[in-house]
Amino acid sequence: MADNTENGAFLEMRDISKGFPGVQAVEDVTFEVTCPEIHALVGENGAGKTTLMKILTGAYHQDEGEIWLRGEQVAINTPSDAQGLGISMIHQELSLLPYLTIGQNIYLGREPGARIPGVIAWGTLYDRAERWLERLNVDLNPRTEVQYLSIAEQQMVEVAKALSLNADLIVMDEPTSSLTERETTVLFDVMRSLKDEGVSLVFISHRLEEVFEIADRVTVLRDGKRIGTAPISELDEDQVVKMMVGRELGKMYPKTNAESGPVVLEATNLSDGRELHGVDVQLRAGEILGVAGLVGAGRTALAETLFGVRSATSGEVRIDGRPVRIDSPGKAMRLGMGLVPEDRKQQGLFMNMAVRENVVLSAMDQVTEWIFVNGVEARRLAKRFVERLDIRTPGLSQRVRNLSGGNQQKVVIARWLTRKPKVLILDEPTRGIDVSAKAEIHGLMSQLAEDGVAVLMISSELPEILGISDRILVMREGRVAGEFAPDEATQDDLMYAATGGKANHDE
Amino acid sequence: MTSSLLDRARDLARRFSVFLILLIIGLVFAVGSDDFLTASNLLNVALQTSIIAIVALGMTFTILTAGIDLSVGSVMALSGALAAGFAVRRGLGTYGGIGGALVAGLLVGAVNGLLIIKGGMPPFVATLAMMTAARGLTLVYTQGRPIAGIEKSFIFWGTGQVLGIPVPVILLAVLSLVAHGVLRYTRFGLHVYATGGSEEITRLAGVPPDRVKLAVYVISGFTAALGGVLLTARLWSAQPNAATGWELDAIAAPVLGGVSLFGGVGGVGGTLVGAFIIGVLSNGLNLLGIPSYYQQVIKGVVFILAVLLDLLTKERR
Repeated sequence: MADNTENGAFLEMRDISKGFPGVQAVEDVTFEVTCPEIHALVGENGAGKTTLMKILTGAYHQDEGEIWLRGEQVAINTPSDAQGLGISMIHQELSLLPYLTIGQNIYLGREPGARIPGVIAWGTLYDRAERWLERLNVDLNPRTEVQYLSIAEQQMVEVAKALSLNADLIVMDEPTSSLTERETTVLFDVMRSLKDEGVSLVFISHRLEEVFEIADRVTVLRDGKRIGTAPISELDEDQVVKMMVGRELGKMYPKTNAESGPVVLEATNLSDGRELHGVDVQLRAGEILGVAGLVGAGRTALAETLFGVRSATSGEVRIDGRPVRIDSPGKAMRLGMGLVPEDRKQQGLFMNMAVRENVVLSAMDQVTEWIFVNGVEARRLAKRFVERLDIRTPGLSQRVRNLSGGNQQKVVIARWLTRKPKVLILDEPTRGIDVSAKAEIHGLMSQLAEDGVAVLMISSELPEILGISDRILVMREGRVAGEFAPDEATQDDLMYAATGGKANHDE
Repeated sequence: MTSSLLDRARDLARRFSVFLILLIIGLVFAVGSDDFLTASNLLNVALQTSIIAIVALGMTFTILTAGIDLSVGSVMALSGALAAGFAVRRGLGTYGGIGGALVAGLLVGAVNGLLIIKGGMPPFVATLAMMTAARGLTLVYTQGRPIAGIEKSFIFWGTGQVLGIPVPVILLAVLSLVAHGVLRYTRFGLHVYATGGSEEITRLAGVPPDRVKLAVYVISGFTAALGGVLLTARLWSAQPNAATGWELDAIAAPVLGGVSLFGGVGGVGGTLVGAFIIGVLSNGLNLLGIPSYYQQVIKGVVFILAVLLDLLTKERR
């Protein structure tokens, strides 16, 4: 009975429904995972993927529906119920404690005891942790504190933790969103070998090319309902996108044919003394300059140095041909620049403040009389930009925290647009944003370029770089490794330049 | 791997940096005063530091969970008064008095903890209220007057010696070892660090952070009560205004020693070094004959320098 033979339904979530006040998050969804397989779960933000998986892992309890595992009905009321049944979830925001070691993180709450009650058998703990890391072919010392690991390494620790819980079903929520392509390749290798060992994986991702690369089957959710499940081989990307958004998308990457104007921003031999080593960059009015490269290649350093977040140790910056010294973000702003930072929650937004405040914050001079803020004027200004950018919010006083990722990003962009910038730098503007919001942000960038703004976009997604840029810079180890025209370059060319010779497709 | 070696070296440098400051201060005093580097003076420093250091040990636990206990000064006064009162007025004898005072400390700590975990109050607010309330209780209990008349066996705990070492110093050594052992080698210790790192993640790992938090305030209540008892023993009487403002030194010691106010980082070693920086400074400045008004200014400057050095050796983003 409890026999999970090949192709038998290992997990069945039957007719699951879950409502929250005001919204039916999941409605009558049936979701099956066989053993072993890699099952991709896709859908836009708010489609119900995370809710469904939180029901599976015991964070929420369904209003209706049953969960069957290995042919038996199970009740999952708490995360530890799920753990006991061999189900683990790796959250998008990794749940590791930075000041504890790898081993401590893996075994937190389940520390092997020594003979004296309450005392931890550290030797045993680290031996066991080491074995899990070895099984994943990860060369890490389990006594290393997690703060010193890269995101990719931390992810491996999460996987090791899941395995140590004897999980045979691991849910991974957007595991690749902060990984480089190379790290993603490593993660995918691990996922495949786990599958070979009989572990089933549910893979939530916004990146369809990855879904097509790794998944055996895909289930699409939209508005809390299951739209379909199919082997990945029977679908193509367009079909999946269509299932996700329920309509034909416009062209994925709306291409501007704006004429590039004069050079607005020019930096020569720019260094920050740490990650940036003599970068030359020119940015013209009306163009989108895409900056590609691996994580750590100095792209964010370039953005932050141009914007005065970091101070330049050498180099010259000219705006409209005049040499300028940008030593603070305030200076950069006065010179007509804007920066949409990589981490919008930490660096871009006041999550607990209203949409209105977040939008007008950089334009206070426009709505202030003497020392008093003109509330009516502030509202009007915010409203104008909320409408212009089509920010979907129940109201101007809604806290930004409650908006979707795409709408949050639009709020950040709106804030800059209130200042009518000449130069707008966007660092990973579409990370963690669903497909249709992504298209809107692409459209917005194109529109800005058409209006004459000089746009510099950093992105780790090569299709995005190729699709939307007028010109592409590839960075490697703090230097410019190559410049490309988008219609003459391929993903492999960019990857080749970014990795310094070792082409991706050779592996 | 090489980077993690580098990081570890930086860690060592950081831990060492506070110790270095203690050495430098000691060196300055050793040069400036012939009396500083004598066995009797060093024992004297240890004795003067021991009480605040014991309280700081308990404080270390609360700070490691990203909390704080502002009530320790008042709890010291309250427990000292109760100990003397139980022993003298109620005739419960030395150990009845001390035992009662320690239980009172545990109870006050438990109330602090419950206010924080059940009442949802920020530790700063809950213990600030307790600081006022416990001081008030002390004044009520003592009627604002000292309680004297404790027996020799009581006084022994504050002024006695075993093998030439003052009793409070021995207690500090024992408690430091225990605290260090608990933090480094037990589940509870790991859970203290985890709770300070992130309560949410700790909860997801199946560890109830509320229980950890309750425990650290009980521990802090206990060490404060013990500090109060020792202070009473040293002063031969319970003073209603004893230990006023001591919570600041009890917080300064771990913070000087690298225990992060944001939780999850630091340990007993740092707290001891921090406490001794405070103790050595007071002692040395007295030996050099610096007027007490200036002493405060110098102490403040040294603290600032110590924390600045700590920040400078930390990796900067």
